[in-house]
Amino acid sequence: MAWWFALSQGKRHVGLFKIALFAVCLIPLLRLVWGAWNDTLGANPIEFITRSLGSWALNFLLITLCVTPLRKLTGWNWLLQLRRMLGLYVFFYASLHLSTYLWLDKFFDWQEIVKDIFKRPFITIGMSAFAMLLPLALTSTKGMVRRLGGLHWQRLHRLIYVIAICAVVHYWWLVKLDVSLPAIYSVLLCILLGFRLLWPGQGRRNVISGNFKPAQE
Amino acid sequence: MLSIPARRTNDVTPSEITPREVFERRRDFLGTAAGFALGTALAPLSAALASEKPLASIKSPLSTPEKPTPLKDVTSYNNFYEFGTDKADPALHAHTLKTRPWTVSIEGLVKQPKTFAIDDIFRLGALEERIYRLRCVEGWSMVIPWLGLPLATLLKSVEPLGSAKYVEFISAADPKTMPGVNRSVIDWPYLEGLRLDEAMHPLTLLALGLYGEVLPKQNGAPLRLVVPWKYGFKSGKSIVKIRLVEKQPQTAWMKANPREYGFYSNVNPEVDHPRWSQASERRIGEFLKRKTLPFNGYADQVAPLYAGMDLKINF
Repeated sequence: MAWWFALSQGKRHVGLFKIALFAVCLIPLLRLVWGAWNDTLGANPIEFITRSLGSWALNFLLITLCVTPLRKLTGWNWLLQLRRMLGLYVFFYASLHLSTYLWLDKFFDWQEIVKDIFKRPFITIGMSAFAMLLPLALTSTKGMVRRLGGLHWQRLHRLIYVIAICAVVHYWWLVKLDVSLPAIYSVLLCILLGFRLLWPGQGRRNVISGNFKPAQE
Repeated sequence: MLSIPARRTNDVTPSEITPREVFERRRDFLGTAAGFALGTALAPLSAALASEKPLASIKSPLSTPEKPTPLKDVTSYNNFYEFGTDKADPALHAHTLKTRPWTVSIEGLVKQPKTFAIDDIFRLGALEERIYRLRCVEGWSMVIPWLGLPLATLLKSVEPLGSAKYVEFISAADPKTMPGVNRSVIDWPYLEGLRLDEAMHPLTLLALGLYGEVLPKQNGAPLRLVVPWKYGFKSGKSIVKIRLVEKQPQTAWMKANPREYGFYSNVNPEVDHPRWSQASERRIGEFLKRKTLPFNGYADQVAPLYAGMDLKINF
């Protein structure tokens, strides 16, 4: 109940929520650093780190996609002000995940990496997801939103849906045999994307009438 | 940003070190030990079994001099889907497996089909310590000091018929003691197979222990196959039945995904898994990756088995 109250009153304390969220989102990374330092990541710590970073990029992506449905269902419009930070954490964890591949798996053997990108579908789609994430991260600042204009900005950022699908497929394709976890992610993603298709008047109306204004800080 | 300290793998325990005098006189030692073992090593062996104390064994010239992977890693990072698909699962869940009583029946194209109690297998001959490289199809590798008998010893004791061309290995699949069997990720029981000449090869080991003790449950107790020149999944664990047959048997992984897993599955840096490269591997405990060797470094001994075969087709 206390939590519910705090959240429903969130509008007045968005700054505090942002600081708390910033710290909480770093926990998965700190856990890995701690584990690597104390050698508690198991027999194959590099594999553990790579997978964990990938999972958290995907987790944060789904959490980011929860913001709009949650806002619509609860009426807490202030939640929108947390979305950019969550989205940037997706980029942050995806970048680290990609770095472990480039460094700890391929040791910057660019020839091998390029071969991988063309030859291995799960790498191809993972790289595509990251390539699409890049412009979203670069246009996440207030200045870029203004420069692009709300309409273009929103259109560009719809890429997040494509990225989410690519990310889940990337996971599905790399699993050796047991696809139960990718299947769970797929179901969650379907729910989150389905909400956007089915919720009356979601998004489209604003775009068509040109009334869209990005969230103000 | 993220720094990974080198793992502390230099802590060699005394049991890992071969005494210098033994090492230097290895071959002499082997000669006498082999003769000795045939006659007299059996009594202390079965005594050791009963008390589950360290197993007596003789060193093998087939062992690699490479540094064994720490026991902790060998017993906590396992693919044994009968206990779950995560590599940490077997160490967590395999304690429910009952390894006594245990029987292994050998049937099919043999003169003397027979059901062995596990203790009888321990008495078939002196246990050898074989330190082998293990290369997993996933791209990691270990060095493991197994204890066991050449599979040939067991197979010869049942006298294969001339018509036997292949050997099929059937693992236990008891949903009560092996929780992973309740999920149909694989068509249980786990099946593997070898050509008869592969099965009779001196490197092919029926492992009963590792690191000087009986096999931990998560490593395939009470007995498993070890075929060091093939990817790890070819070495069936917790085997209950061995069948000699005329035609090439189906294996669990071929059934699950015939495009990705072939019957031979020899370690081969030239033949990629359809989804990832097999050119290099990460040795557990090491930071940099190593180049993968043809036949996992056992080409001198086993390449003649495949003379004239196109290994890209027979993958």
